[in-house]
Amino acid sequence: MPDVQSLVNEFVNQLKTRKIEGSQATAKQTAEFLRSVISQQRVPHTNQAATLINAVRDVGEQLIAANPVELAVGNIVRRVLHIIREEDHSLTTAAVAGLGLTAASDDENDVDRDDHPVLSAAVVAAAARSTLRPPSLQTLLEDMPDSAAIPPPSSSGGESEGKSRSVDKGSIGRKLKHDVIEAVNELIQDIATCYDQIAEQAVEHIHQNEVILTLGSSKTVLEFLCAAKEKKRSFKVIVSEGAPRYQGHLLAKELAARGLQTTLITDSAIFAMVSRVNMVIVGAHAVMANGGVIAPVGLNMVALAAQRHAVPFVVLAGSHKLCPLYPHNPEVLLNELRSPSELLDFGEFSDCMDSASGAGSLHVVNPTFDYVPPKFVSLFITDTGGHNPSYMYKLIADYYSADDLVVKRRAVTGN
Amino acid sequence: MGAPKKSAVRVSEDTDELVRVPLQAILLADSFTTKFRPITLQRPKVLLPLLNVPMINYTLMWLESAGVEEVFVFCCAHSKQVISYLEKSQWLSQPNFTVTTIESHNSVSAGDALRLIYERNVIHGDFVLISGDTISNMSLTEALREHKERKKKDSNAVMTMVIKRSKPNPAIRQSRLGTDEIFMAIDPDTKQLLYYEDKADHSKAILHLEKSLLADNPSLSLHHDKQDCFIDICSPEVLSLFTDNFDYQHVRRHFVKGLLVDDLMGYKIFVHEIHSDYAARIDNFRSYDTVSKDIIHRWTYPLVPDVMNFGNTATKLERQGMYRASEISQSQSAVIGPFTAIGFGTKIGNNTKISSSVVGEGCKIGSNVYIEGCYIWDNVIIEDGCKLRNAVVCDGVTMKSGVVLEPGVILSFKVVVGQGFVVPSYSKVSLLQQPVEEDSDEELEYADSTSAITSKVDMSDEEVASQVLDTHLHSASELGVGGVGYIWSKCEGGHEEEWRHSVAPIPADKISEAMKIMEDELELTYDGSILPASGELKPDCNDSEGDDNEDSRDDSYFEKEVEATFLRAAQENIQEAHLILEVNSLKLSYNKVAADCAGAVFYALMKYALDTVHSSADSLVQNVKDILRKWKNVLRPYLTDIDDQIEVILKFEEMCSESAKAFAPLFTSILHFMYEEDIVEEDAILNWDDEKKDADDSDKVFVKQAQGLIQWLRDASEEDDDEEE
Repeated sequence: MPDVQSLVNEFVNQLKTRKIEGSQATAKQTAEFLRSVISQQRVPHTNQAATLINAVRDVGEQLIAANPVELAVGNIVRRVLHIIREEDHSLTTAAVAGLGLTAASDDENDVDRDDHPVLSAAVVAAAARSTLRPPSLQTLLEDMPDSAAIPPPSSSGGESEGKSRSVDKGSIGRKLKHDVIEAVNELIQDIATCYDQIAEQAVEHIHQNEVILTLGSSKTVLEFLCAAKEKKRSFKVIVSEGAPRYQGHLLAKELAARGLQTTLITDSAIFAMVSRVNMVIVGAHAVMANGGVIAPVGLNMVALAAQRHAVPFVVLAGSHKLCPLYPHNPEVLLNELRSPSELLDFGEFSDCMDSASGAGSLHVVNPTFDYVPPKFVSLFITDTGGHNPSYMYKLIADYYSADDLVVKRRAVTGN
Repeated sequence: MGAPKKSAVRVSEDTDELVRVPLQAILLADSFTTKFRPITLQRPKVLLPLLNVPMINYTLMWLESAGVEEVFVFCCAHSKQVISYLEKSQWLSQPNFTVTTIESHNSVSAGDALRLIYERNVIHGDFVLISGDTISNMSLTEALREHKERKKKDSNAVMTMVIKRSKPNPAIRQSRLGTDEIFMAIDPDTKQLLYYEDKADHSKAILHLEKSLLADNPSLSLHHDKQDCFIDICSPEVLSLFTDNFDYQHVRRHFVKGLLVDDLMGYKIFVHEIHSDYAARIDNFRSYDTVSKDIIHRWTYPLVPDVMNFGNTATKLERQGMYRASEISQSQSAVIGPFTAIGFGTKIGNNTKISSSVVGEGCKIGSNVYIEGCYIWDNVIIEDGCKLRNAVVCDGVTMKSGVVLEPGVILSFKVVVGQGFVVPSYSKVSLLQQPVEEDSDEELEYADSTSAITSKVDMSDEEVASQVLDTHLHSASELGVGGVGYIWSKCEGGHEEEWRHSVAPIPADKISEAMKIMEDELELTYDGSILPASGELKPDCNDSEGDDNEDSRDDSYFEKEVEATFLRAAQENIQEAHLILEVNSLKLSYNKVAADCAGAVFYALMKYALDTVHSSADSLVQNVKDILRKWKNVLRPYLTDIDDQIEVILKFEEMCSESAKAFAPLFTSILHFMYEEDIVEEDAILNWDDEKKDADDSDKVFVKQAQGLIQWLRDASEEDDDEEE
């Protein structure tokens, strides 16, 4: 499929050269891209789910490698893989149920069923959700060649009933692809509307005459604050400028334009200001499985200041930012060092960097992200509601299946 | 300079308006210089690795991200290597980004290349002209928009040059990139480039701007802190201009300067300055070093190793700017310092220290090796106990144990350095012998000498190696026991300039020397009240005294020249007529009058007399008499006028009181002798006396001394008058 490969190359290039920025945009484009990959993938008569999973996994690995720092790519790839498994499972159970063999397929999935509260309503295919297994060490260590070939939820049932189901294969195949694309569309829809869903909760959190502090610029935060404003709440916002990209300036401008009472401060004034603040509301780059947050640089400092003054530290994050990985050495490995030119003017300092004349001792480091440990976070507000940091792993288990945590191309692919 | 064909210009303009042409770029995969020799004898410059990725990838990647849709890669030297590399790479199969190679074997300059591209007729609109060794992350949109807008208003705006602020080193007078500092005059309002000089003559500390430049432009800013990025946005006319002016070779030296000087056609060049973006061209080993460090420090983001991820090996950035590829085996005791990049599959032994260096793929580094500031390419073997500082080591080099590389060494492909051998600093070592330098134009050098060695280049590396091995069996190796390779003798500017372009940092003594000269200059220029920025480099110019004392300086130069000429004539027995001819030519070139010549020649004669061996005052007088008698014919052509003769007397007086006091007691006798020999006439002496009447007593010493002679002359003339009466 050369056309798919060229599309992949193009998208990989865009990710590599950082043409796509911002986790929401990346998530949306990744989902749309995977949808086109799935729709172009030819489905054989047997093992449709495995074929689709392999195709997505192949592409996904390249996408993740293209920009390992943008975790949203990996999140979406894993979500799509999860969707395929879910759809396949629901079809299989339907088929199996039709043959009166329901019991066999269910014996492994005893943990869940009642563990699905209302919050999963956003996903239409929730009925079939059954993979609330904690990621086993075995899954992570081995690449498990078999587990992916056969969708795990149906492993016990599907294997034995293979022959009896063959009659329905054709229709299931077409239906599977169709259903998967439907579900991915839902996912894209979710990503697009996550701002509104989060903003809807604003009135529950922002009260009259409160003072809110935020740092840098986040569209989620902007919508959240404006939603509260629309509900006739009157409150003050302190915006910290967020050096070195100074996106706080843009946010302050936008807020002021919408009639909010806005104050702009420098990052270094945060500690002094936090004492008179009722709540800190910030956006995030990604939320890790332990509840830690990868956030724009400077937020760790804000979190520390907020903790010192016992001010609630609230993080807004769309569900596409929930990452099923645990952070290991996040300050370095999940960080991105950008060009020093954002900090200082090359021309003015070029003589300090002239290594040839012995004066070249100036080094400039410009990290993009901070890691905020879970203990500093008071509350996460996602599109499904407010959650405690310690609840994150559970939420994440809703969206991802354990087998997809390691997205790696398998040694031999079926085709 | 011929007139460009108007028709050609029209046609391209029309097409430009009718259809939106995709943005094109011409990438010259050949720098047409010899700066990277001996490495470029075996591999083209654009394929040299920069942080383990061939340079051309950086350029192509930038062009792609900047929105260029079609690139013509012009390959000349080693074209086969470039083309086969591109065929293997991903570049030829990109969607929305076509890369086409154009091969030529007889182009010897950028001018030839552009003429060939014009003949192919592939460029339809504005294009980006860039060479394959340019690293940038700038966004072209702004520059392109400016260019197009200017073009719409004024069809003569044919080119936009990208410049960037970068302070040059004040002492060494070169930029961070090892190129000479550039002087540019720019109109601050329109950003039009009015003057461009990259080879300013520092020895004179003078920059000549045309008067009309100041007259025509109400304001003008002169910069010397701008760096030329060598990224040009050109209109298609540029190609036809190159075709019409077949003598244009160099884009900057001929084309840009040509357009700036030529006001007939009225073509204009503009500049676009970038601030936060990065752009630099790798022109020599110094800029190779600087740009590598800039990449490590991430100024070129997103063109940095961990983001680009070329090939199939991912590079990770760790703390303190360490870039590590996968599958590195490193001993526990090895220390890898900050700002270092290590390539895929490299092995590093015990107690080895590496800092601020780049190590390529598949290298084997032994134990107790010390590497600092080096660029080590792929598959290099470094045995135990070697010490490397600020060196470039190409693919496949083997260093036996205990080798020491002093700063600035270049080891070309597959060189073997024998055990314990110390390679002296700034050496260039290659398996190929140094081609014989031909005394030709700089542009042509490359092609000429390349063709002389093409036969060798075409051979595979193994053949070269075996051939060299054969020769080494018979002769003692230049690189110690078991070493293979030739150490090139210093060339191209000699040893004096070697440190300017080397990867090694500038030696401390050179800096302090240059600083001292600069300070001296500053002191001098303060009394001369000229710009303090005009320091001088060459120590032999120290005796000059600033710029507005030009006259006195020219005088002393002139006198020295005349003296030297005379001495040569006296020693080599050159005919008088020839000597006169030479002095006359000096007179013309220094724009002097006869009196100056008379003074200077007389000075030279007396100096010669003084320097000739003499035991007493008498013998000195005798010397003077002999010499004056012998050479008075040289003096005579300049003594036609009374004033000239007075000048001679004044000169003599000056000498007696200042430089040659030995003559002081002999003033009168020599003056008398000159009178007798008709070198000076009676009137001259008398006029001189008259002139001195009002002078201070101190000035009158010699007048008084000669009073007897003067009196005698006066009496004699009165007698004459009496007789006439």
